[in-house]
Amino acid sequence: MFFRTALLVLRKDVAIELRSYEIVSTTVFFALSCVAILSFAFVNEGQAPEGTAAGILWIAIAFSGTLALGRTFERERYGETLKALLLAPAPRPAIYLGKMLGIVALMLATEIVLVPMVNFLFAASLFARPGLLVVILLLGTVGYASVGTLFAAMLVRARTRDVMLPILLYPITVPVIIAGVRGTSALIASPVDDAVAQLWISLLAFFDVVFVTLALWTFEPLMTE
Amino acid sequence: MRKAFVPLVVLGAAMFAYAPVAIAHTPYESTMLLIQKVFYFHLAAWAGLGLAISVCGIASAIYLFNGSKVADRLGVAGAELVVVFCTFGMISGSLWARKAWGIWWGWDPKLTMAFIIDLVFVGYILVRRFGGPGAEKLAAAMGIFGLATTPFIYKAADWWRTIHPQTSVMKTLSNTEGGAIMWSTVWFCIVTFLLLTVLVLAARTRLERLKTRLDELYLAAEDL
Repeated sequence: MFFRTALLVLRKDVAIELRSYEIVSTTVFFALSCVAILSFAFVNEGQAPEGTAAGILWIAIAFSGTLALGRTFERERYGETLKALLLAPAPRPAIYLGKMLGIVALMLATEIVLVPMVNFLFAASLFARPGLLVVILLLGTVGYASVGTLFAAMLVRARTRDVMLPILLYPITVPVIIAGVRGTSALIASPVDDAVAQLWISLLAFFDVVFVTLALWTFEPLMTE
Repeated sequence: MRKAFVPLVVLGAAMFAYAPVAIAHTPYESTMLLIQKVFYFHLAAWAGLGLAISVCGIASAIYLFNGSKVADRLGVAGAELVVVFCTFGMISGSLWARKAWGIWWGWDPKLTMAFIIDLVFVGYILVRRFGGPGAEKLAAAMGIFGLATTPFIYKAADWWRTIHPQTSVMKTLSNTEGGAIMWSTVWFCIVTFLLLTVLVLAARTRLERLKTRLDELYLAAEDL
């Protein structure tokens, strides 16, 4: 029942998105614009300093993630469907989980375009350890989305949600950004630093467990008016 | 608390008056000399910070789950104190870092953590003020998540800086000569700051209660 509800919420979000591709397309282009802007800050004489690629990749992921979160819940607010969703006789944590999986799917779709693009533009060897890279991206995205979904959902009612979401979300997810950047840097480095990458993966996994649990626990009282 | 408040304020004031005297009587630390004396208030501020974060996080959780108004007020008081202590700690830390390492800011794990915690709890205050109706709950979530993320920020910043060690190395305080008197002064300052924390928490909670009461009275007067 619990997982079926979560999957139904996820299916609903995917179905709406597939009809127009609005959020995916705008988010991908926003992420690419971030990469372009950041490259002007770092690229000097046609080359970026070593390790910049990891930083640019994660900043683009974080910024475009905020955009995806904002748009997703703006859509719910506009149709007043979030209220309907919460009124449904379904466990609230399951609704949270479904929304979170939807955000994770959106962010992963962005990353599928973003990662090869960063790899190409900065001549980074991001795919030296494809398995570890996928694990870091997946765990980082889940960690970011777990806090982001909860905050975006609770800010739906607030008038200042556009500016409040990044203000609240970025400081809390600093560990994810640090771990993502450092873990990815370890993969780009030559020779590849497997041990360091695994260290950061363990931190990300621990963060994910703690924050998904906390979010599932607090979603119900937070969404009750 | 109300009966004990005034005597405790007097005690706190006396302790704060005595603290500089006690610090002046400690021997100079062998390598850092005079600048090391900032350490007594610096460390004590972190102790107050730790208490304030815990109070804010736990009070937020209690407020979120059973709607206790007292817990909500404690949460606000805690969050504001966190910002005050963080700012004080970063300023005193910067002064010390300038003298000891030659830089104002070194992205040391503890500095990084203080900076991010400051951002988290400024976020708490901002969302409470500008979040609109129901902002107390949003702020409470920020309090809980702020408390939960603190150890992660520290661990992440710690690994970030120590896996690739750079110019500045964390200096540990040597407490060989005159160690006993230095440590007793450290503890004295910590207790003083903890007392200050408790007193400010109590005063700020009371202020918040009076504010709500005033609002209620205004509303009641309008109905007349």
